[in-house]
Amino acid sequence: MIVIIDYDTGNTRNLKKALDYLHIENTLSADPAVIQQADGVVLPGVGAFGKAMDALRERRLVTVIQQVAAQGTPMLGICLGMQLLFERGFEFGENTGLGLIPGNVVAIPDNLGVKVPHMGWDLNTMTQDDPIAAGFNQESTYFVHSFYAKTAPENILATCDYGVTLPSIVRRDNVIGMQFHPEKSGQIGLNGLRAFKEVIDNANYSSN
Amino acid sequence: MLAKRIIPCLDVDHGRVKKGVNFVNLTDVGDPVEIAAAYEKQGADELVFLDITATNEKRKAIVDTIEQVASQVFMPLTVGGGIHTIDDMQRLLKAGADKVAVNSAAVNDPNLITAGAEKFGAQCIVLAIDTKWDPATNRYVVYTNGGRKATDLDAIKWAQEGVAKGAGELLVTSMDKDGTKSGFDLKLYQALGNAVSVPIIASGGCGRLQHFTDVFEETNVDAALAASVFHFGELTISDVKQELRANGVTVR
Repeated sequence: MIVIIDYDTGNTRNLKKALDYLHIENTLSADPAVIQQADGVVLPGVGAFGKAMDALRERRLVTVIQQVAAQGTPMLGICLGMQLLFERGFEFGENTGLGLIPGNVVAIPDNLGVKVPHMGWDLNTMTQDDPIAAGFNQESTYFVHSFYAKTAPENILATCDYGVTLPSIVRRDNVIGMQFHPEKSGQIGLNGLRAFKEVIDNANYSSN
Repeated sequence: MLAKRIIPCLDVDHGRVKKGVNFVNLTDVGDPVEIAAAYEKQGADELVFLDITATNEKRKAIVDTIEQVASQVFMPLTVGGGIHTIDDMQRLLKAGADKVAVNSAAVNDPNLITAGAEKFGAQCIVLAIDTKWDPATNRYVVYTNGGRKATDLDAIKWAQEGVAKGAGELLVTSMDKDGTKSGFDLKLYQALGNAVSVPIIASGGCGRLQHFTDVFEETNVDAALAASVFHFGELTISDVKQELRANGVTVR
């Protein structure tokens, strides 16, 4: 069972709709006991970094997310949910993130001749061969964001060129992040959610 | 590089897609889910749903429609028409809309834009503007109530104010061009593009493939919206994209 962490953020229901459409068993929950038992965890997110971390803290979810990540449960952060996986965010001041992947989340410079937010369909280029990124190489997905993750190349699976080279897919072991919205990126995006399900199935298989 | 977006617009009345010429002789085009899925197959980048239901009590039909479309079609969905309050926005976003477009209600109360942007994020709030060139005063004038009521607002200044209030995107319809099939209002979008830095969706006037190339080559708009040319099958989205690609415009 995939648990979508329910903390009153924008894209939660659309993620559920996409997983339901794919017949991937899932539930929305903010209950630490339910999250502990999950085979896979999806962390959605739309909005501002600091507010989202506050919302997770208020619901006492930070520790449980860190615990399940540490115990090897596959985790997928989407859009702001991906940004929260990093150590720090610099949206409206400095905020501490979940710290599951080393790196900072910083503003896309607005002096590069590109419009900010980065909104629309943009092309992904795979930088490391990985089953999560394979389906996205040279394919476009739907982005809506003004901040991006600065992290070491070893944590990056795919990038997108928007004045800066910004990571579109990141991964550190069982912790995966997508800057774009797979639930809004047509069949290509749905295939990415299927790939995440396969990561979960493989993790279960090897632990049994 | 960010792809230029092609957006079909669906007029929805009581849960059905309708099409008329200038809002008269409405004919039933079909089921929103089926039509949305067909556009997804053709390569649409986004869908705009315009709720043209006249009576308030029937408006909840649009929420059900969006709920159904969002369960089957996985691309950005924008809903406009009859959105007056934060609650209206909330209901549509919960149903699966990604953005809401405000028009007359924002003119009546510009703070609605700010309230929406603060609650849902600027990327959720599209300011829709209907405008017509006024030769007497040498400016683009904003119209509300589906283009029936002239205001004293200058469209370019209103666009800037809307962005300052928190609108994350503009959907600007040229009433001079709408329905003429003589091409997009290039002068209007050039002026807007120089005035604001948020994404702009151009609407009104396209009739031929060349018109799409023109608007993307001559202005810096991010998207082009069309209704009748797609509904009546005069052009397909794949035709448009093929043409744009051949002319060196980045599309998905």
